[in-house]
Parts: sequence; C-alpha cells; structure tokens
Amino acid sequence: MLASRNVRAAAGPRVAAAPGQRVILSARAGRRALTAAKAQKKEIMMWEALREAIDEEMERDPTVCVMGEDVGHYGGSYKCTYGLYKKYGDMRVLDTPICENGFMGMGVGAAMTGLRPIVEGMNMGFLLLAFNQISNNCGMLHYTSGGQFKVPMVIRGPGGVGRQLGAEHSQRLESYFQSIPGVQLVACSTVRNSKALLKAAIRSDNPIIFFEHVLLYNVKGEAGDADEVACLERAEVVREGTDVSIFTYSRMRYVVMQAVNDLVKKGYNPEVIDLISLKPFDMETIAKSVKKTRKAIIVEECMKTGGIGASLSAVINESLFNELDHEVIRLSSQDVPTAYAYELEAATIVQSSQVVEAVERVCGGRVPVAV
Amino acid sequence: MLMVVRSCAAGDTVLLKEVPARMQTMLKQRSGLRAAQPGRRVVKVRAVAAPLKTSTSAPSSSKALVTPEVAKDLYYDMVLGREFEEMCAQMYYRGKMFGFVHLYSGQEAVSSGVIRLLRPDDHVVSTYRDHVHALSKGVSAREVMAELFGKKTGCCRGQGGSMHMFSSKHNVLGGYAFIGEGIPVGLGAAFQSKYRRDVLGDESADSVTCSFFGDGTCNVGQFYESLNMAALYKLPHIFVVENNLWAIGMSHLRATSRTSGDEHPYIYKKGPAFGMPGVLVDGMDVLKVRQVAQEAVERARRGEGPTLIEAETYRFRGHSLADPDELRSKDEKAKYLARDPIPQLKKYMLEHGLATEADIKALEDKVAEVVEDCVKFADESPKPERGQLLENVFADPRGFGIAEDGRYRYQQAGFSSGTAVVSPPIGFLWH
Repeated sequence: MLASRNVRAAAGPRVAAAPGQRVILSARAGRRALTAAKAQKKEIMMWEALREAIDEEMERDPTVCVMGEDVGHYGGSYKCTYGLYKKYGDMRVLDTPICENGFMGMGVGAAMTGLRPIVEGMNMGFLLLAFNQISNNCGMLHYTSGGQFKVPMVIRGPGGVGRQLGAEHSQRLESYFQSIPGVQLVACSTVRNSKALLKAAIRSDNPIIFFEHVLLYNVKGEAGDADEVACLERAEVVREGTDVSIFTYSRMRYVVMQAVNDLVKKGYNPEVIDLISLKPFDMETIAKSVKKTRKAIIVEECMKTGGIGASLSAVINESLFNELDHEVIRLSSQDVPTAYAYELEAATIVQSSQVVEAVERVCGGRVPVAV
Repeated sequence: MLMVVRSCAAGDTVLLKEVPARMQTMLKQRSGLRAAQPGRRVVKVRAVAAPLKTSTSAPSSSKALVTPEVAKDLYYDMVLGREFEEMCAQMYYRGKMFGFVHLYSGQEAVSSGVIRLLRPDDHVVSTYRDHVHALSKGVSAREVMAELFGKKTGCCRGQGGSMHMFSSKHNVLGGYAFIGEGIPVGLGAAFQSKYRRDVLGDESADSVTCSFFGDGTCNVGQFYESLNMAALYKLPHIFVVENNLWAIGMSHLRATSRTSGDEHPYIYKKGPAFGMPGVLVDGMDVLKVRQVAQEAVERARRGEGPTLIEAETYRFRGHSLADPDELRSKDEKAKYLARDPIPQLKKYMLEHGLATEADIKALEDKVAEVVEDCVKFADESPKPERGQLLENVFADPRGFGIAEDGRYRYQQAGFSSGTAVVSPPIGFLWH
C-alpha cells in the first residue's frame, strides 16, 4: 500500500460558522492556490498574525479592549499587542498590575456590562491564579444568572513546553480548564488559523480560552484578510490519509507532521487532524476520520492524566467503539513537572520518533517506498 | 473600639465611648490582647462626611436630614428587607427553600442607606448575603422569593439560588458564593462606565458601582488587588464593607491584624493605604450611612475615583440558617438589638415630623402584603422543566459543538430536553 503523494486541499462541505463567514482552508492547500496566494500575500509570523487579528477587531468594534500585564507600553511579552496602545490608548490596551485573579474578574465584569475584553495571561500558567474567576465567573455566570448576562471574553496567552523554561513556565492548562462548564477551549497552531480563530473568538458571545504556544510565535505563514473568520468548533484536516487517524493540536501538530515525513517514506498514509477546538470536540470530523481509518492515535502535550487526550479517548471509545480495529493510543507528556535540563525536558514530552513508533505498532508493517 | 461617627470632618479627633468591662474581657479572650485600658481614648478619624449641622439627639424642632419622601422610602425598604428575610427563615424551616441561606436581618441600614440613592443604571455587586441588596435595588420580592424556592419564575430561572441573585434589568451583578470574587466584577462594571465616557465618548456616562462584602472578605487577596486597581485607574467604584464583626465563627478580632499602634483592626484605614478615602460609619443608622454613601457616590460620578466605606453593623441571626450561632455572646447581641436600625428611623421620623404613626403603619402593612404575596407567587410558580437544563450554559449554543451528523448539537432534536451526553445512551444499539 503506497502512500499517496497528492494531497488535496481539505476544503469540503463544511458548515460555516454563520452565513457570510468564509471557510478556512487547511494548512496544506493545493499548489495552485498556494502560489496565487503567495503572489499577493507576504509571510508573517504568528505573533504578527495575532496582532493583526486584535488590531482589526479593535478597529471594527470599539467595545473590544485588551487587559493584561505589559500588554500596553511593553507591547506584550510576545509582541502580540505591539504598538497598539499608541493607536488605541491606555484604556483600550490596559496595562494591569500583577493580580491575575483581580484583573480576570475585572474583565468578567466589563464583559457582563457590555465590553468585549481580551484578557492576556503573560504565560498561561499564571492563569492558575485566576482559576476562581475563570471557573466560577467566566464559565458559570451566564448560567447562574439564568441567561441574563453573557461573558463575551477571550482569555489568551502562551502555554506549552518551551525551551528549558522550568516546570512552572511549561504548563498545559487546557487539561485543567476543560471541565469548566460554559467555556470553549481553542488551540491555534498555524499563522492562518491563529488569526482567523482569534477573530472568531473575539466576536463570539461565549467565553473562549485561546491557547497559543510559546514556541510557535515565530512560525511563518500567510494570514487571511480581515474577513477571514474561522469556525471555533471545527477541527482542521491537516493531511488526508487512510491508515490511521492522528489527532493532535498546537505544537504537537508539527511534531506529528515531522513524523509523517518519516512515515510516508516507510509506506504509511496517516491522516492528521488538528483538533483546534479542544472543547467541544468536532465529532463530525473525528468520527468521519475514525470510520475511515479504524485506528486512532492522540498526540498531545498535556499530561497523560486527565488531559485532552483522556477525554477524547473516552469519547472515541464510547461513540466509535465498533469502528475501531485497535485500542486508542494516547501519546502524552509524562506526569512529571517539566524539568529544566534539556534531556529530561525532551523525555517529558512526545517526540516524533514516538509518533512513528506508535503508527508502526498500530498499523503493522508496510513496504517502504522505493527511494 | 466601637465608634459612632457623629459629626466630624477629615482630620477631626473623635472621643470613643468608654470600653465596657465585658468588652475588655472579650478582647482579651478572643484576641489575646491585654485588656484595653478603661477610660477614654482619642483616635483620629479620616472621614469624608461633611460636618453634620445637627446630631440625632437634637430636639425635634431642628431640621431633618432627609425629606419625608426619602425617609418613608428608606423605612419601607428596611422593613421590606427585614420582613422578607424573616419570611425566608420561616420558609426554610418549612422546607420551601434549601441549601445555604444567609440572612441579612439587622444590616438593613447599609443596604437601604447606600442602594436607595443609586440610579437604575448604577450597578450593585454583593456576596451570598444578597437578598436584601437585590430588593433595595428594585428586584421584585416575587422574583427573589421564587428564585429562593427554585422556581422558573425566579430572577435567575431557579438556576442561581440564594447566593446568586442577578438582575440585568436592575443592574444587580450577583450574588457570589466565594467572598471576594464579586469585587473585581464590580470593578469591571465601573471600568465599563469609565470606558464609555473616556473611550466611547459618552459624556453622560457616570454610572457607579457599589460592591458589598463583609469583614471576612477584607482578608481575601482579591480585595487588595481590587483596592489597588480601583485607585490606580480611578474607577467609579465604592467598596462597602459591612463589618458585622463575624465571619461565620471567626471574630474579626481573631482574623484580622491591626495597623501598628491601633488597638483594633480597622478596615477603613486600608483605603488611604491604597490612595482612596476610608470612612468608618455607624452601619446601624441609615441616615448616616446614606450621608457617607452620598458623598462617595458623588465623588465617583465626578471622576475622582473610589471610596472605601466601613459600616459597623451586625447580623441578628447566625451566619446562615444552618449556623447554631453559639460563639457570639448574648450581651453583644443584646447591645446591637438595641441599636436596631428600623426603630431608630421610626423614632427619627416621628420626632422630626417626617411621618405619622398612621403613615408608618401603612408602610408596614404594605410590606406585609408584599411579602405574603411573594410567598404565594413563589409557591404557585412552576418548577423548571428538564428542557431548561442546557439552555443557558452558553450564550451562543454553538459552544456545545458539532455532532457526528454534521449539525451543531443544539440543532438536534431532543437537545433541549436536557441531554448533555456525547456518547449514545446505554442500551442503544449501533448498526
């Protein structure tokens, strides 16, 4: 079974988020489309794309504002709000003191009374200090108020394992937040989807927790224009395939695609799905993929215990049990605080060789492609 | 220790009442302090209340502090608060309401004193002791009682309960179970008011927000984070501390440290530490509370920033209806019962000719009617249906995600009958 070398654009009959909103293409668009696009667009880095998203939405809607540590004069620790305070003023790009629970709550109150704040956690890990506000107020207030108040906030920031940043700066909070009722969890991964998803998140009336990754801010790519707003509940088909469904998100997408290079040479044809929406799961895309390949591997940066993969694995087992030929494999980080030393850090998270190994295990042997 | 702000301006010195022996013993027992020395002590008070022209002990011929309309409104509001809460106690013990119910009886002067001078577009934030704040702000007794009974006609459709009173119509932003978590929300509402003026250019935007909370909350980190931000950004936010001396069974004296040199832990002093005025007021006297609140609200509307008001008050009942209330001394309770704000105001109104006995009786009768009616309404109201379960989880129901068939889950038949399962129900046979 040879791997197909032709990758088609994964555009298809997608349900648009709302009438008039465009569908985003997958990262591996057809060559023709890519060349044409490149002729018009320049490549930018993810931080610039995020900045564009924030800038465009702030211009479009005067109730959109940003709050966080060093978002204003400093421009954001990852430059996502660089220079915006000059354009919009100190109140719309508010430099807060170091009091996450306090300013998160202030964001909730502002959202309840008509503004649309984007609250930045300088590192997602710091939002542990804001857990009270995120769980009780952000997630639950719409419900406990009987629907009287909505909380149209975006909580965003960099998370994930970086380069030897130590345990506390290397956390993956998506697993802690996923049980909070009333919030949506979105993880961006490419320049294109980061901008389109952040725009959608800002426009959404729900509270969205928007996960960026410390190591992806300098990833280059093309961003969409001001009208390109993604669907927050849709997964992205990164690569169509037939052998196995690999579900991943955020930086692990790149780890998986690196493994895919090797796997393709070895004769495998994996399908790669970027979850994008960590909560709720896009069951249509997930089910379609599992029904096709009959094997599922989850590759995540969360800890094994209680991670996004744990939830997804359970869901796949419950709703797609008879579609599976193999148990769901979870490749997750070790249940270990991320060590500082390079080797230990590397051993904590999933490496591409592990992905290759997992696919080989699940799919059995293949005839390698002739070099 | 227990001060009554009679007439003072910022920087005045005020004489304290002699500290009774019983109080000294309590101080010694509860906080390990050496007994306070008997005799008079002099303390500097930083208050912003304008000097009163008259004191409450003046003869009735002197000018009243409020008009008859305002006095009657305050009286009605306090009596409504009291009767409502007492009815809650009855209903709770009759099995009509459940869970944690925290009654406000005794503290009415603070709610009426502050909230009755707010505008409809001003915001109020509270803690779990929020029934009366909601009532003072204008939420109907019917809606509050129905909420307490868990009926779908409640202000939060029965989904909030005693500790989560919300009203978008009357700008009551909750009702919070974790003390301290409401204060930043109040700040957010104040931020929105300032934003509307400074960013959106609405020059008429001068609404204020009042956050109510207790002495126990003043040790929560979010309180300090909020004091800092409110002062920093000059938000039109008023911190109203209802210091009733007890946080469940924890006496304020045992829980809170004292500023160096002080014999008593004062909360209002934390205001100037953050750059805003701190005022201590007799929270059993509705007119004094109103005066202090008036000044704070006007400051905030002028754009001069926040104020911290510490109202010395007392709850006549336990922390909640489940609290045996064994730690508070009978003497302490008796002392505060003697300062009950409602008879105080009644006396004042009669002395100053603001109302006759007949007027007052009419107000009380009206309250009785309203309270009886709201119980009847709540009793007869329907309970929430199963279908209500998922309706308010998300403002945008697309948040429930996309189901296997490609439709959004909320679009599927039977979704609003309350099923939240992702996997098929047990027993369902796949093809």
